[in-house]
This record gives sequence, C-alpha cells and structure tokens, in this order.
Amino acid sequence: MTNYENKVVYDVRDLNLWYGNDQALKNINLKINKNEVTAIIGPSGCGKSTFIKTLNRMIENIPSVRTTGQILYHGLNIFDKSIKVEELRTRVGMVFQKPNPFPKSIYENVLYGPKIHGIKDKNVLQEVLETSLKSAALWDEVKDRLHDNAYGLSGGQQQRLCIARCLAVQPDVILMDEPTSALDPIATAKIEELIDSLKSDYSISIVTHSMQQAGRISDKTAFFLMGDLIEFDQTEVIFSNPRDKRTEDYITGRFG
Amino acid sequence: MNYDGEIIKNTMNNENKAPLIIEINHQRIERRIMINKIAKYVFLSSTLFALVVLALLLYRIGAQSIGWLNLGFLTRNLSIFPEKAGIFGAIVGSLGLMLIVIPVTLIIGVSTAIYLEEYASKSKIQTFIKINISNLASVPSVIFGLLGLGLFGRLLGLGSSILAGGFTLSLLVLPIVVVSSQEAIKAVPGFLKEASYAMGANKWTTIRKVVLPVSLPGILTGAILSISRAIGETAPLVVLGIPTLIMRVPTSVMDDFTALPIQIYYWTLDTVLTAEYANLAAATIVVLLSVLFVLNSVAIVIRNKSQKGF
Ligand SMILES: Nc1ncnc2c1ncn2[C@@H]1O[C@H](COP(=O)(O)OP(=O)(O)O)[C@@H](O)[C@H]1O
Ligand SMILES: [Mg+2]
Repeated sequence: MTNYENKVVYDVRDLNLWYGNDQALKNINLKINKNEVTAIIGPSGCGKSTFIKTLNRMIENIPSVRTTGQILYHGLNIFDKSIKVEELRTRVGMVFQKPNPFPKSIYENVLYGPKIHGIKDKNVLQEVLETSLKSAALWDEVKDRLHDNAYGLSGGQQQRLCIARCLAVQPDVILMDEPTSALDPIATAKIEELIDSLKSDYSISIVTHSMQQAGRISDKTAFFLMGDLIEFDQTEVIFSNPRDKRTEDYITGRFG
Repeated sequence: MNYDGEIIKNTMNNENKAPLIIEINHQRIERRIMINKIAKYVFLSSTLFALVVLALLLYRIGAQSIGWLNLGFLTRNLSIFPEKAGIFGAIVGSLGLMLIVIPVTLIIGVSTAIYLEEYASKSKIQTFIKINISNLASVPSVIFGLLGLGLFGRLLGLGSSILAGGFTLSLLVLPIVVVSSQEAIKAVPGFLKEASYAMGANKWTTIRKVVLPVSLPGILTGAILSISRAIGETAPLVVLGIPTLIMRVPTSVMDDFTALPIQIYYWTLDTVLTAEYANLAAATIVVLLSVLFVLNSVAIVIRNKSQKGF
C-alpha cells in the first residue's frame, strides 16, 4: 500500500469492458478521491452500473464479461492476480438499488460481515453493531427491536440497514448503485443526509438517475453516455458550465 | 334472473360511441353459462371419483383391521399364527431403513444439488448431467432393486441386510432429492447472494450462511416427501431377497430384516393359505398410512412456514 496517504483512492486507466461481443465501457479514465462523493450520471443503459460493479469486481459474477485496462486501488491494480476479490470487497463496500437485507434479524444483518470475517468477541460485536447503526442513522429507530426480522422495517429503514451492514465491515470506499430509486422522497432525503455525513470518514461513489441528487450531494460528477465517459469534473462545473454539448443537453433535460 | 335488456338499451343510447361490433346475444350468453356449469360438475365428479375410491379403500382396510390393530399387534414379533402375530420387527426394520436413507439422501442429495447449482459452470455437460438426473427420477423402482442386489447385495456382500436395503432405497429417491433441492436452491434470490459477496464472503460462506438457510425449508419438504416414498416401497426390497418370515427383531444394520410394505405384501400373498392374514395386512396398512400421513403433514407445515418467511 505505497500510496495510501495519497488523496486518490481509485485511479481508473484505459478501462474497457465487454459483455460477450458488446462493449459496455469504452476507454474510461477517471480518479476517485478520498473523502469525496463522486456521482455517476447518464441515461439508462449507458454503463453506470457496469462501471461501479467493476470497481469491486462484482461484475465478474457474469461469466461473459471481459475487461482490459487497469483500476488502481491505492496504487494496486485490482485485476492483478495477487489481489483476492474477498480482500478487495472487504475494503470496498456496496449498497444496491433495491434494499436487500437478509431474511434475518436486524442484529444478524449488521453483524454478518464482522462474523464472516472471523470476529467472535461478543463485546466487539456489540460495539460494531451500535456504531454501524448509529453511523447509518438507524440506531434510535431500531435499538429496541434488534432481534426482530429486518423485513418488518420500511423500505427506507431497510436501505439504511444495508448501509449499516456495509459500514460494519469497516470499508474504505462505499459504492452505491441508485440507492434511493426504490424509496419515497422523505426516505430519500434521509439517505442523502446520511451520505453527506459519511463523507468525512469514507470515499463514496454513487450512481444516480436523478441530476438533482447528484447536484445536492456530490463533489465530482462523471457523465457517461453509451459506454463513454463524456465529461468528469467538479459537480458545479458540470452543472453550470459543462464543456461538452452532450453533457449540457443531458443536464438540461434535452435527452435521456 | 329476469333480464330486461337494460344494458343493451343503455348502450344503444350512448351516441358518442362507435357502432357496436359485438352485440349482446342474450341466448348465447345463457348457453355459455350453462356450459360453464356443466364443466364445473364434470370436474367436480372427477375429483369425487378419486375421493370415493380412496374412501372405500380406507373403509375396507379400516373395517378389516378392527380387532386386529392393537398394542399387542404393534409390539409382538411375527408368527405364523395370525392371533399371535405382531409387526414389531417390521416397524424396527422400517425405522432402520430410515436411519440409513435420511442421512445418505440428505448428504449426497443436497451436496449434489449445491454443486450443480452453485459450482458447476453452466456448460453443456452440466445440462446433460441435469437431464439425466431427472431421467433417473422416472426409472421404475424394480430396476433400482436389481442395481441394489448386484451392487450392495452381491458385490459388497451386504446380502439382504438393512444396510443393503437402505442404500438401495437411497439410490431410488436420490434423484428426486437432488432435483427438488436444486429447485429450492435456485429459488434463493440473487440479490441476497450479491449482498454476501459484496461484503467479501466467498462462495462456500455464502452457501452456508445465506443459500442453505433460505432454501432449507424447500430442501426439507422435498426430502421428507422422498423419504415417505422410500418407506412405502416394496419392489426393490423384494428383489433384494428379503426373507419371507423373520422371527428375530434386527439389532444391527447388518441383520436381515423385514419392513412394513414387505409384510403387507407377503401377508396379502398368503391370504389364500390363511384367511386372517388379510386382516393382518389391513392392520399393517393402517400403520404404514399413519406414518406416511405424519411425514406428509410435517412436510406441509414446513412448506407453509417457509412461504411465510418471504
Ligand atoms: N448481464 C449483462 N449481459 C449483457 N449485457 C449487459 C448485461 N448487463 C448490462 N448489459 C448491457 O450493458 C450496457 C450498460 O448497462 P448498465 O451498466 O446496466 O447501464 P445503466 O446502469 O447505466 O443503466 C447496456 O447496454 C446493457 O444492455
Ligand atoms: Mg443501472
């Protein structure tokens, strides 16, 4: 971990990705900085999910996928043979579009990660449970029913539980793929608030179909179109003064 | 019902609409309603036919077993004298078979299903294996009896012991357990597995902590149904050469044995010699059906519980 103190967490270099013969990502170059929120926007089918799933190599669960190029995570190429996906995913957490808690208790959901990574000490587990749920702004709502099934929670609470479950593994980066698209506006606002508060401890990359959301919560924004990274810049620049005509067309709602 | 054509008049009055293509034909609708009723009663009577036959069978068996089915019958050993005969040995034999069949089918069956669903690549060879396992599930049980006789009885020298019988019945129901376990594993939502992988879990951890707990009710339902099928099987055991009359209750899995369906079969055959054997067979059927009924109820309870979970 040579560049750990460096501000760059992810350095994506000349990344190409194919599903069979269909190219879904074309020569992507971008850097994700520490303690920043990086938003990925673009019309549906442009490769946002594909890109974010490549960052923790979840994309490799699809057998037809082939990649070229490099993704440096703290200076190490994640495609290198010496990197185990299990290790990568312990440091890079992911929150999905649809809340996906396990059909288990709130307690078991949060502690799934710590337990599979070998933590057995009851006191440690209890502490992780509490800090994770507090960081996910869920503790007050569930502290009296930790052993109830997670399916009894509302959609918004389930999504915050999934964030808590992700935090319990103590990641360095959190990847989120449209985490609020299945939620109502109030639950969405809570998650956005939460993302803002998590920024000081984590680096976050979030896919969103809502440009307002990207504008509200992100520091940098990447605009994808049909597998190309069209523009990547400070969010203010993208929204007020984009360099590319296609970016402007998209953010002003002219297509997509 | 007194139909006064109200709907037709109302529709005709609505001038904004395009001319009607489908006119309401009162007679035709009445006729359709008639046909619908007839269809309903045809289906109902088919259902009733099966139920009536089952009821008759149960009634006959119940009536025949009255006076014969009692505690003594359940706890005595076999005898050639009907009044002294009991099925204790057959009950022990059937339980002994279960003792072999349950662990063997669960361990091998579920492991095979896990391999095929989670580990094996989705190649042509895997499809070929899957199709053949499904085909095995429809092979007649006598064939499995022959396989058991050759493999376990002769080659491994297990003769007609409980072990040989148990292994043979396991072979018989394994394909069913594999297929039903595969279905249960396939039904585990992908997003749950993804959640696990995304936290750095490997495949085996994910299987152990997510896939198996979620699919367990489905797996158990299939397993119990297969086991109850194994309990009722006669043909493979007959082929194995289970002796006709065993006076001794088996004490180990290497002992010769008799089982409930076998006893029913032999007593029914020998009814020509001693008429009371028919009563003994009937009483044994009641015992066997009770065991099957309990097993199936457990399977249904488990299935209902699992459906509540999601
Ligand atoms: N499993 C897959 N197999 C083949 N093609 C896929 C698969 N998943 C996505 N694609 C294709 O890759 C492109 C990008 O998809 P995706 O990353 O899901 O877009 P987005 O998240 O921006 O809507 C689309 O053209 C889509 O059809
Ligand atoms: Mg997507």
